[in-house]
Amino acid sequence: MSRHRITVMVNGAAQTREIDARRLLVHFLREDLALTGTHIGCDTTSCGACTVLLNGTAVKSCTLFAVQADGANVETIEGVAQDGALHPLQEGFWEKHGLQCGFCTPGMIMSAKHLLARNPDPTEDEIRFGISGNLCRCTGYNKIVEAIQYAAAKMKEGAQEGVA
Amino acid sequence: MTHVADRTQMMHEVPPSTSAQVPTTDDVRVTTPGRICGMGHRMKRKEDPRFIQGHGNYVDDVNLPGMLYLDIVRSPYAHAKLLKIDTSEALKIPGVLAVITGQDLKAAGNLHWMPTLMSDTQMVLPIDKVVYYAQEVCAVVAVDRYTAADAIEAVQVDYEPLPVVMDPYEALKDKVIVRDDKEQKTNHIWHWEAGDSAATDRIFAAAANVVREKIYLPRIHVASIETCGMVAHMDKVTGKMKIWMTSQAPHAHRTVFALVSGLPEQNIQIISPDIGGGFGGKVPVYPGYVCCAVASIVTGKPVKWVEDRSENLQADSFARDYHIDAELATDANGRITGLRVKTVADQGAADAAANPSKFPAGLYSICTGSYDMKAAHVAVDGVYTNKPPGGVAYRCSFRVTEAVHMIERMADIAAHELGIDPAEFRLRNFIRPDQFPYKSPTGWTYDSGNYEAALRKAMDMIGYADLRKEQAEKRARGELMGIGISSFTEVVGAGPSRDFDILGIKMFDSAEIRIHPTGKAIARFGTKSQGQGHETTYAQIVAEELGIPASDVAVEEGDTDTAPYGLGTYASRSTPTAGAAGAMAARKIKAKARRIAAYLLEVGDDELEWNVDRWQVKGSPDQHKTIQDIAFAAYTNHPPGMEAGLEAVDYYDPPNLTFPFGSYICVVDIDSGTGEVKVRRFVAVDDCGNIINPLVVEGQIHGGLTMGLAPALYEQIVYDENGQNLTGTFADYLLPTAMESPKWELGKTITPSPHHPLGAKGVGESPTVGAPPAIANAVVDALWHLGVRHIDIPITPEKVWKVLRAGGVMD
Amino acid sequence: MIPGSFDYHSPATVDDAVALLDRLGGEGKVLAGGHSLVPAMRFRLASPAALIDINGIAGLSYIRVQNDQLVIGAVTREAEVERSQLVHQKFGALADASRVIADPLVRNRGTVGGNLAHADPANDHPAVMLAYGAEVVAKGPGGTRVIPIDEFFVGLFESALAANELLVEVRVPLPGAGQASAYQKLERKVGDYAISAVAANITMAGDVCSAVRIALTNVSPVPMRARQAEGALVGRRIDESTLEAAGRAAAAECDPSPDLRGSIEYKRDITRVLLGRAVRRAIARATGGAA
Repeated sequence: MSRHRITVMVNGAAQTREIDARRLLVHFLREDLALTGTHIGCDTTSCGACTVLLNGTAVKSCTLFAVQADGANVETIEGVAQDGALHPLQEGFWEKHGLQCGFCTPGMIMSAKHLLARNPDPTEDEIRFGISGNLCRCTGYNKIVEAIQYAAAKMKEGAQEGVA
Repeated sequence: MTHVADRTQMMHEVPPSTSAQVPTTDDVRVTTPGRICGMGHRMKRKEDPRFIQGHGNYVDDVNLPGMLYLDIVRSPYAHAKLLKIDTSEALKIPGVLAVITGQDLKAAGNLHWMPTLMSDTQMVLPIDKVVYYAQEVCAVVAVDRYTAADAIEAVQVDYEPLPVVMDPYEALKDKVIVRDDKEQKTNHIWHWEAGDSAATDRIFAAAANVVREKIYLPRIHVASIETCGMVAHMDKVTGKMKIWMTSQAPHAHRTVFALVSGLPEQNIQIISPDIGGGFGGKVPVYPGYVCCAVASIVTGKPVKWVEDRSENLQADSFARDYHIDAELATDANGRITGLRVKTVADQGAADAAANPSKFPAGLYSICTGSYDMKAAHVAVDGVYTNKPPGGVAYRCSFRVTEAVHMIERMADIAAHELGIDPAEFRLRNFIRPDQFPYKSPTGWTYDSGNYEAALRKAMDMIGYADLRKEQAEKRARGELMGIGISSFTEVVGAGPSRDFDILGIKMFDSAEIRIHPTGKAIARFGTKSQGQGHETTYAQIVAEELGIPASDVAVEEGDTDTAPYGLGTYASRSTPTAGAAGAMAARKIKAKARRIAAYLLEVGDDELEWNVDRWQVKGSPDQHKTIQDIAFAAYTNHPPGMEAGLEAVDYYDPPNLTFPFGSYICVVDIDSGTGEVKVRRFVAVDDCGNIINPLVVEGQIHGGLTMGLAPALYEQIVYDENGQNLTGTFADYLLPTAMESPKWELGKTITPSPHHPLGAKGVGESPTVGAPPAIANAVVDALWHLGVRHIDIPITPEKVWKVLRAGGVMD
Repeated sequence: MIPGSFDYHSPATVDDAVALLDRLGGEGKVLAGGHSLVPAMRFRLASPAALIDINGIAGLSYIRVQNDQLVIGAVTREAEVERSQLVHQKFGALADASRVIADPLVRNRGTVGGNLAHADPANDHPAVMLAYGAEVVAKGPGGTRVIPIDEFFVGLFESALAANELLVEVRVPLPGAGQASAYQKLERKVGDYAISAVAANITMAGDVCSAVRIALTNVSPVPMRARQAEGALVGRRIDESTLEAAGRAAAAECDPSPDLRGSIEYKRDITRVLLGRAVRRAIARATGGAA
């Protein structure tokens, strides 16, 4: 089995480690980097609890090898709040009760982050379609949709005011 | 086989409530201002900041120095002799420390078998044979999870397959015996009855109409997004076993562990940290937990076990698997006169259902539902098959999902057969508000209810009359549309000590509240939230009772070293039991606070009245002491002769269960080409009594509705004829996404519980109880004219397609 | 669920990738999107000795028109196809399929090339490309060759690619006048494989079908053209009875296996129903109707 020395930009910080080829990205994040916010919920790439952003794109980190992230930018839930300020998505999930047990929440937020980056003004249908790769058992999705709508509105407002 | 006597008699001795009839309102009661945030406020959850920033602390997030990993080899056979386990290749892999087998557990003190919560026994690891597909066969311990995974592949197990019995009716013939460890070689575990058999038979003999139906509720799985797991650390130096566990009931688990392992109970600490969903699946003790704890004892190191999703779906506690033969008797005016039900309960290879011990079929006898009737009789037989054990999970409130599905389907079939509108049929048969507290023919005393108000509200919200018109017009054009109603009565809050216990431990629950000198508080409870928001809602209860702002109240649960003893969170019992304990503990504090205030104000106790957050002199509100003043005084200036401090503990023994209820109406459109069922609208009117936090209640209802939609249309555990699980991953065990789950519409009525200190009832499982029959009723309603009376859930497109094509509908 | 061990390679060019494939014989598997391969590896149903990751090869991801064809690079992500205006405007079946392949997260990694090369009859692109009469471009040690799609799917999970060949591009003919396509898929839920799906590519001259290609998903061991159904449509005036005849033909000529998605009878009948819907939709697009 090949071993690889990889450097991944994770939440803005360069992380260099030596890993086996078969090490999954999700285990690299959770165990090698102690970033346990990204969760594992299944073994068939079905649930999306492991969603992170790879070069800005939402991907299921259980279905990628860590070595594939060499030289890439990875953003996890721990990197979403900036300088202690919650991202509008995090605010939205809190305001709108978009989470209950919290286990699907990091993956849901990362998916939603990518969705809003591509489509800042999504309809409800587009939101539901956009998060259809993320399973939630607790919320019944209604309030997750509202949370994302809240964030979209807040981000549009912020963009209009020229706030970064 | 155990014969459990008719439980009807025992439940009649319920203390009378203070009022025979409790009025129903629409408005959420709010008595505290926003800054205190007591009951009724839509308070943002206090627990959320850690979850939204990825700083939750779930079992798989726990990492200890030197921690090892446990992984489990599982049986590919549903029934087979275990001939040989060859661990030699596995042990050659660097980093593999041990392989634990049934023989090892036996040698360690007969730990290869364990008691179940229903006083049956279950194998931890087998010695002679395996009895279900994916059963735990042996456990490997390795330095990391990757090495453990390699070790699993290297263990060689030889089996001799045995004939398999998967059908409980076949099992009852006792040709293939699942449990030959038992003295009586039979698959019939127990027989249980409720109600009056003779009176019911008389009713049926005289009935104008009798509706009969066979209803099967297949096996399903809770599939919370977090699977089960444990980190066990046996510290050989201190003799303390510290366990992090996905547990909905950590105290009960601690006591069971102590009894089984012989470790002194004060040396076992179970921490149930953040739990990623429970829904009943994290109540049973699974073999993996025991293996993990033993592995730590054997190695002296911390050991982690976290199951894969496949293991979770294939071996953990299932739900449902009830085969129901139901009969409903009505008179010539469409009034229900009696109900007669026989049921075969497929329990799998052990009776490990997490029921209160006197209730092998849970609270199934609630099955007369929201309807007034003269007599009923329910008989259930529990049966062993070659399937994993379990049975009570998936938000079923101890088999209430099964009971309600049956009665709501029967009500709808009866209505359709008699040509009575299903809403009208229900209104005609509902228990009336003036009949509460209502004694049901199977022995329940319903505390309060107003079924007509809830149904009429739902009908209003959905525009029932217009929908029936639309349906008639569409039917004339060959378009298929259905309207389904479910008017359910739930029974939660187990339960009064005279009737309810788990392995002998009574089902009280507890709260311990301590007020600090600066007026803040810490409140600990014997329950354990897995997402229900207790850190917020319990704080709101304290705020309601004592006027301490909810944001000043820290709430803790789940650490058995610090939390008062409780039976945990499942079956919607937290608000009814621990929530009540919180109120009662707070009232004890309020009573002591009064004496302190009287002392500080130099008046008599009886000259004071309570006002939101203070004791004030009657008629002279300027003379008052706030709870914060009183708290400070409790430590700095307490009355002579009185103990210092300001705290209380309450162990609450509920006088009765509580009976949330609701009416749901579902509209479906059916694609006559493909058989797909599309839920166009779903209105849910719930009544859970007084509401602590409406935002949290809405979330519980939304989530529960989606977990009602799922079994109605998508989920089923399927076995092949050899007992192999065909739906063992999320690729085939189908959880709804945001696309399948509709936009739920909620309404409410509020009919407080007369016996609960806060008038609250609990709500988490109501929607999962009420929703499946609403959806099933809607589909059958759409297809009734094609000659179908009943379709078992999950109502897949293929099942609908069969009905359509048989009825001549081709596209 | 942990994969077994393997050696990982990340070639920078197509030639390097091909050389690796050649050297490793059948021991090396191409890693593109990986969302079929990695799950199989995690269950140890696939245990390749080596993975050749082609995601790092520049110039394999594009969607453009070239020589009267829509050309798509092998490593083009499904999500890019989904977002492509060009695809949306002229290639209805491809646009339809791009919305129903797995789920949005999988589509962020899954590739068009991978979806075809896997030769899985349950995947969506095989039927779509069969309906288009597409071409597959493969690069091997001996050079480049173009494989007509009708020769590409050879057996269950078996394509015409040699073990040392890399799929580098897919070419789809531009639609002519009066030509449009549609893809109708029935799935149990979002993210699932098809119970059945029909790709229809039709050319209309008035209300007569002058040309048609129809292909089916997940109702045969090898991705298939529904040639009997095509025969029932081509040269005829399209009305309810021709559509019904074509649907029945497709239902009869497919070869579904019974499984949790449905019985043989159900899958056949769904194929009939979906054929009617796919063809109607394609005709509507061809005649300037609904999108």
